Amino acid sequence: MADAYRIAIIGSGPAGLSAAGRAAELGLSHVLLEKTDHLSDTIYKYQKGKHVMATPNQLILRSDMDFDAGKREVVLGTWDEQAASLGVNVKLNADVTEITGDAGNFQIKLAGGETIQAENVILAIGTQGNPNTMRVPGGDKPHIQYQLDDPTEYVDEHIIVIGSGDAGIENALGLAADAEQGNVVTILNRSAEFARAKDANVKLLQQAGEQGRINIMTETTPSEVLDKQIMLDTRDGQTKIRCDRIIARMGSAPPRKFVEACGVEFASEEREAFPKLSPAFESTKKGIFVIGALAGYPLIKHCMNQGYDVVEFINGNTDLKPADEPLLEEKFRGLPGGRSVADWLEFLRARVTILNELSPLQMREFMLDSEVQFFRRGATIFEKNEPGSSLFGIAEGKVSVQLSEADPSLTAPIDQGSIFGEVGLVSGRRRGSTITAAEDTIVVEIPRMAALKLMATVPAAKRAITNISTERQLLQMFGSGLTSEDLVEVMKTAEIVNVKAGEAIINEGEEGTDIFVIRSGSMVVEKMVGRKPVFLSYLPAGSYVGEMSLLDGGRRTATVRAAIKSEVIKVDGAAFGTLLERKPQLLDRARRDMSAREDVNNFVEAKKDSFSGVVDMYSSVASFLVENGIGEATDVLLIDEHLCVGCDNCEKACADSHDGLSRLNREAGRTYAHLHVPTSCRHCEHPHCMADCPPNAIHRGDDGEVFIDETCIGCGNCQRNCPYGVIRMEKTPPKKPSLLSWLFFGIGPGPGEPDHDWIDANVADDTPKKAIKCDMCAGIEGGPACVRACPTGAAIRVAPEEFLSVSRLETEQL
Amino acid sequence: MATRGAEPTGGEIDRTTLKGGVQHEGFLRYRRLYWAKMAGAISATLIVAYLLIDIKPRPNGGSWFGYTLGTAGVLLIVWLAFLGVRKRAMTPGRWSLKAWTSAHVYLGLSLIVIGTLHTGFQLGWNVHTLAWVLMMIVILSGLFGITAYTTLPGKLSTNRDETTEAQMLETLADINRQLFDAAQPLEAGSAAVVQRAIDENAFSGGIWRRLSSRQQIGGTAEALAEFRARSSAGDSPLDTLYDRLEALLSRKQAALARVRRHLRIKGLLQVWLYIHVPVTFALLAALSAHIISVFFYW
Repeated sequence: MADAYRIAIIGSGPAGLSAAGRAAELGLSHVLLEKTDHLSDTIYKYQKGKHVMATPNQLILRSDMDFDAGKREVVLGTWDEQAASLGVNVKLNADVTEITGDAGNFQIKLAGGETIQAENVILAIGTQGNPNTMRVPGGDKPHIQYQLDDPTEYVDEHIIVIGSGDAGIENALGLAADAEQGNVVTILNRSAEFARAKDANVKLLQQAGEQGRINIMTETTPSEVLDKQIMLDTRDGQTKIRCDRIIARMGSAPPRKFVEACGVEFASEEREAFPKLSPAFESTKKGIFVIGALAGYPLIKHCMNQGYDVVEFINGNTDLKPADEPLLEEKFRGLPGGRSVADWLEFLRARVTILNELSPLQMREFMLDSEVQFFRRGATIFEKNEPGSSLFGIAEGKVSVQLSEADPSLTAPIDQGSIFGEVGLVSGRRRGSTITAAEDTIVVEIPRMAALKLMATVPAAKRAITNISTERQLLQMFGSGLTSEDLVEVMKTAEIVNVKAGEAIINEGEEGTDIFVIRSGSMVVEKMVGRKPVFLSYLPAGSYVGEMSLLDGGRRTATVRAAIKSEVIKVDGAAFGTLLERKPQLLDRARRDMSAREDVNNFVEAKKDSFSGVVDMYSSVASFLVENGIGEATDVLLIDEHLCVGCDNCEKACADSHDGLSRLNREAGRTYAHLHVPTSCRHCEHPHCMADCPPNAIHRGDDGEVFIDETCIGCGNCQRNCPYGVIRMEKTPPKKPSLLSWLFFGIGPGPGEPDHDWIDANVADDTPKKAIKCDMCAGIEGGPACVRACPTGAAIRVAPEEFLSVSRLETEQL
Repeated sequence: MATRGAEPTGGEIDRTTLKGGVQHEGFLRYRRLYWAKMAGAISATLIVAYLLIDIKPRPNGGSWFGYTLGTAGVLLIVWLAFLGVRKRAMTPGRWSLKAWTSAHVYLGLSLIVIGTLHTGFQLGWNVHTLAWVLMMIVILSGLFGITAYTTLPGKLSTNRDETTEAQMLETLADINRQLFDAAQPLEAGSAAVVQRAIDENAFSGGIWRRLSSRQQIGGTAEALAEFRARSSAGDSPLDTLYDRLEALLSRKQAALARVRRHLRIKGLLQVWLYIHVPVTFALLAALSAHIISVFFYW
């Protein structure tokens, strides 16, 4: 066995490779361990010819390896070549199973039984994890594989696919697609349903099953793998079938367990949490360093820079300034105070309470995402009803919140160290009040994604934000000169409750006086008339419900259930009642709110006997819309199919307003009673597409629209995450010849989206695909093109609370 | 929730009666019939004026009143024709095509009055009357269009039942594939029957065939009758196969009927434009001839 290496690097992705390159360049003894038989597996697995992007553009690359945006093959080729020429000591097929020992003397155990010794370990294993393996007798036989690259390379084989997810189904379909290959394909599923897979895939699979192209065995698990055969446990007992090859797609285990087993602590129990790290990327286990996606940096350039930096740090170069230093310098330029970057970071960290517990490294990353702004006394920071989901922390100075629109002098202060803007962050709704600077003020503006990351990494920050936001939401909602002192008792009883979609928080006829404040998501109010629930109203986040039985006594008069997964603040009725007694103003206001609701109740009661088709119809249309995600929409396109003549001028107008590509599919989507919800963005309160965007390219714009900016790297995550299928991955076509030259001379493809052949013929082969979606025609005068271009008035765009109001029902009655 | 797509019982909500941005309002009722009232007022005024103004020797296109009507008519016709450009030029700005369509429809109808009064009821076999006739053809085809636009969209939607045209065709292709596979064990004669069913598609026949609602007897119907007879006879070793073929063929029959209905309604929604638009161009040409020749007389 060789002597201990100075550095062992695990994982040969951009981060690990760059670290190894730096170690080789510095002449440090090192080894780069890669579990597959090639370098940089994640990028290797990209489809052939995929364009790899290099965002953020402004970040300078500091690495001994080169990297620039380009084709997968070129990127990988460059790295292979440079790894060889720098003399990187690579060990392929080295799957690390365990790391033991301490700084200066680590033992790294490999799957083959070999052990490698190293003084320092760099974990650069990314977040993909290892595929789950078969744990039955014979589970290590060579004809078991965990990946399928090319389904056409197998012929005349009996192949068993294990796994009921999309990967397994897609593999099975691929293997059976061409009958000429003569494969006998069987797919095994432990349960009776294919619940984890996409509907479309399940349908295709069932079709293939009916046609006899694939054998589907449900409620079946393998019990033993033999040569040429497999033993199966089925519902009706054991059976043995022929099997030449097994493709096991049983998901993968996230690497967290392995990392924790190495002795590295994570910041919190949250699923999104990252390991705790020092400014030099050192984990809580001395001698183990964590970089790359596992450390929370999913972009290639960040990874490569960290690889370089971490080796420099290990080599004792503690003065090294991170490569992002110029970016931060740029951010702090122009602010009063003239501090250095390090001083600024420390200043903000120490002053803003929720940032107190961040490490200098986290602070640095945090500031890359956030902005610091200076406001003169009296300047407006944001206005009521402006869209915006960022959170603000006050580093210096003081701001004031306008409590009443009518009288701007009525304000409440928020002091240094505290936060504001949290309502937009939590609910995704527009700003609730106007905020101005009460004195010269420096604030940190934290975008939603960064704020969520902060809450996941720092539990104290999460607690602080939750408490403040609960209290403020109550204050804002009940307004009327309430102060936080008044709320002390109420706050003690306040409890945040998560409600699943469809679950009821209040049941009609029940006893109860608790008040519920909707923090995120939305609710629908229903009343039973006869045997049918009648839709009364739609409550968006920021409203409250449940006051009626408190004020009037008596039982609950309607049922309130969650339209989508929601969060409510439950306030004890008794405590709230005491508050009402002390504050007559508040009582007045609650009574006013209530009388509006009573009107609706009475209206329905009055109609009960002559219970008309209209009410029934309204109710079921409303339920249909809520079922189709309108509950989480902020703006949605609805088509009245009594008016739609199918001219597709909406699609054409959409394409012509946006680089020649349509962001809506009129024909697809659900329809109920001729009300059609086409496949088009709903601009959700909490957009699913934003959840996992590596370059953070998806934002909410000034008019509430959710849009993708030009830093999109074309990874397709948003497309996969969108439950409504409204994001497409497309190449941007060139500009078309003008309308008149088409009209008079027939030049070009004409109005609307050109067909695929025209686009293919007119763009370069290596044009990258980018994600495109509806942006509500932001910045285009006149508003959404689809609505303006509808010749019959079939298309409208609405906010759900407007469309689903009872006032509508009453008008329709007339 | 009730069965989707079914017609609701009781009074259907008439969404179009509402005003405001959050409700659907069709082009015919746009702004509470603003353009209808406008067009009605124009027509009424003109008719009254025609009756009151005593043109000597008789009402004529060449009188001052006639020229006024003619000029207004021509400007209106040119503006109406511009709807085709407006529809396709997706420029930014606060315009709505619905408003344009609404004005197009009602002002277009008022042309009947404007154009006819302009003639002074002097019709004959000449280029001037040709222009009037063409105008009337355009307007009548437009009326057909309005009727189609009011009555057909709901039927199109009901027939579609949430499937897209592409999905309908995909379903047909899929049934064909299954028919092909299922027919493998058959002897040549029976296989040919199935093949004729497979060969039948939704696009066969000419334009009239497409627009007519008459049931069509094609390969599928014949094959269905054939295998239905065989499977009910029930004395063949291939009976289970016949059952399966019967099921597949009736599915194909239903799918074909739906695609044909879809294409027929879509066709009806579009077919009038094949008269409306070309005749408009002919009208513009005839109008030019009419105007030039009138100035020649002058």
